Amino acid sequence: MAAPKAFNATRGDKVFDICNVILMSLVLIVTLYPFLNVLAISLNDSADSVRGGITIIPRVFTFENYQQIFQYDGLITGLRNSIIRTVAGTLLGLLSASMLAYTLSRPDFQARKFTSTFLVVTMYVTGGLIPVYILFRDLHLLGTFWVYILPGIVSAFNVIVIRSFIDGLPYALQESAKLDGANDFTIYWRIILPLCKPVLATIALFLAVGQWNSWFDSYLYNGSHAEWTTLQFELMKVLQSTQQGGSGGMVNPNNMAEQMKQISPEAIKMAITVVVTVPILVVYPFLQKYFVSGMTLGAVKS
Amino acid sequence: METLTPGGASNNKPGAPAADATAGKRFKKQSFWRTALQQKYLYLMSLPFVIWAFVFSYLPLWGWTMAFQDFKPARGFFDQKWVGFKHFQELFTDDRFYLALRNTLAMSVMGLLVGFVVPIFFAILLNELRGMVFKRFVQTVSYLPHFVSWVVVAGIVTKMLSTQGGAINELLVGLHIIKEPIQFMAQGNWFWYIVTASDVWKEMGWNTIIYLAAITGIDPELYEASRVDGASRYRQMWHITLPGIRTTISVLFIMSIGHLIQIGFEKQMLLGNNLVLEYSQVLELYALQYGLQMGRFSYGTAISIFNSVVSLILLFTVNGIFKKVSKESIM
Repeated sequence: MAAPKAFNATRGDKVFDICNVILMSLVLIVTLYPFLNVLAISLNDSADSVRGGITIIPRVFTFENYQQIFQYDGLITGLRNSIIRTVAGTLLGLLSASMLAYTLSRPDFQARKFTSTFLVVTMYVTGGLIPVYILFRDLHLLGTFWVYILPGIVSAFNVIVIRSFIDGLPYALQESAKLDGANDFTIYWRIILPLCKPVLATIALFLAVGQWNSWFDSYLYNGSHAEWTTLQFELMKVLQSTQQGGSGGMVNPNNMAEQMKQISPEAIKMAITVVVTVPILVVYPFLQKYFVSGMTLGAVKS
Repeated sequence: METLTPGGASNNKPGAPAADATAGKRFKKQSFWRTALQQKYLYLMSLPFVIWAFVFSYLPLWGWTMAFQDFKPARGFFDQKWVGFKHFQELFTDDRFYLALRNTLAMSVMGLLVGFVVPIFFAILLNELRGMVFKRFVQTVSYLPHFVSWVVVAGIVTKMLSTQGGAINELLVGLHIIKEPIQFMAQGNWFWYIVTASDVWKEMGWNTIIYLAAITGIDPELYEASRVDGASRYRQMWHITLPGIRTTISVLFIMSIGHLIQIGFEKQMLLGNNLVLEYSQVLELYALQYGLQMGRFSYGTAISIFNSVVSLILLFTVNGIFKKVSKESIM
């Protein structure tokens, strides 16, 4: 009586396992194919690509598309700005979030309750597009590089994640340092920060990806300041200018597609897409175990 | 209070100041400043950022006054003309506002239903994979689209759905499901589905992280016991895994309802075009185009206020219901 039942269960399980592997392989294909397709077209001769039919292997291999896009000034400027904002924004964001998190983790800090409420409110209430725009105008941030860095320095979510990590560290470490005469800043800098490396790696990844991927601030605040363009904004301009219908007067006569009639817009799009995506692709798999635990920490607390 | 060691920052617990209520008011005040002085580094490390948050997060709220004025950027605050609810009245009689509201709600509800259910099943199925190397590979790959910008995703989606060699059209034609390629990006009735599908494609893997963490927390003995009883894998998933992550599911569900109306506008702006405007215009894009780009700052602010107020009401309602049901708050 028991034997056939067990047999059935194993057979059912085998069928299930096979179906599951097939399903997950489909997920893999659906996720990866578009990226591989973009890569293949970016490495294919642009005149040949027009014929279509390229899947994941280039038909007429060439690096010419990349040579072409890097002759365009906007891309070089954009690359420079994107790199600077990513590095500066990440470092400043890490510093602010870790300092705030440390002060909030101190049970004896007088302003702890106030600061914590003050920060949490910013997660739920936002002024909205136009009040922020007017504020930036009044602060003379429009048309400057600072508009990428300054507004994002304090993030309540990042503070919460780091704080819950610090809360998990043994408090005795701080107390013994205090007995040795260390001040609060020294404790933060010498003891807390080195122990926080895993969570700081997570937050650094979030901050860096956010900075690197940001395009709307370039569009809205620096749309007419070519010297402060970013890589994402350049890509956005190329994508929009060749789409059917365009999206409301964003076709710019100075943009790349117009300047580079010699290669097809398709090839430009794909090559820039690769340039924009590769840095992230290279970094994120190595930080996986950090961001997975960071997300879990953040979810528990917020 | 007197027991504080010199040089060392205070070790008193939060309850301590109340304990010396017997001491005079003056002494209490003094000890407050004394503690403040001892905590000067803590203040130095937090105060600048509190001011920072005040400038960039609280000052814009002051800008809400614009919605009740005929705001002219050149004038100072005291020279503005106050008009009461004029802009809100105009907003609530504008057909385009209701269109934008309809699109916002449609895409957020679709996103909530599909974008919420798919990651749960994906996490459960991932958990059932036997080969550890394969499982890790699928996980890593599934996180990839989350890290890619919406600009890139919009480019990829447009490429895949294109009528000239787009993979989806070629596949559908190749399988003889359709005869002619469909112009996905140029037909409004496809737009909501395209946005929802792109969102699922981008965030499905990322949203499994919390569920997978919750699944690891389930007692392995439950699975052992059910195996002894001859339960199949389907039954284990249905009767152990799913109930095991029930709390996580409900907390996340409530949180996403709170953000129902705040769906952002990036996808709509990047995937939309003039041909599908009737379906792609969402509230924030409406504020951008009819407020900012036309210089009607007051009108645009009124839209933003409507958006914020509705989402706050949603958040408090949902949190209130959740408190009643589970006796704990998520805020």
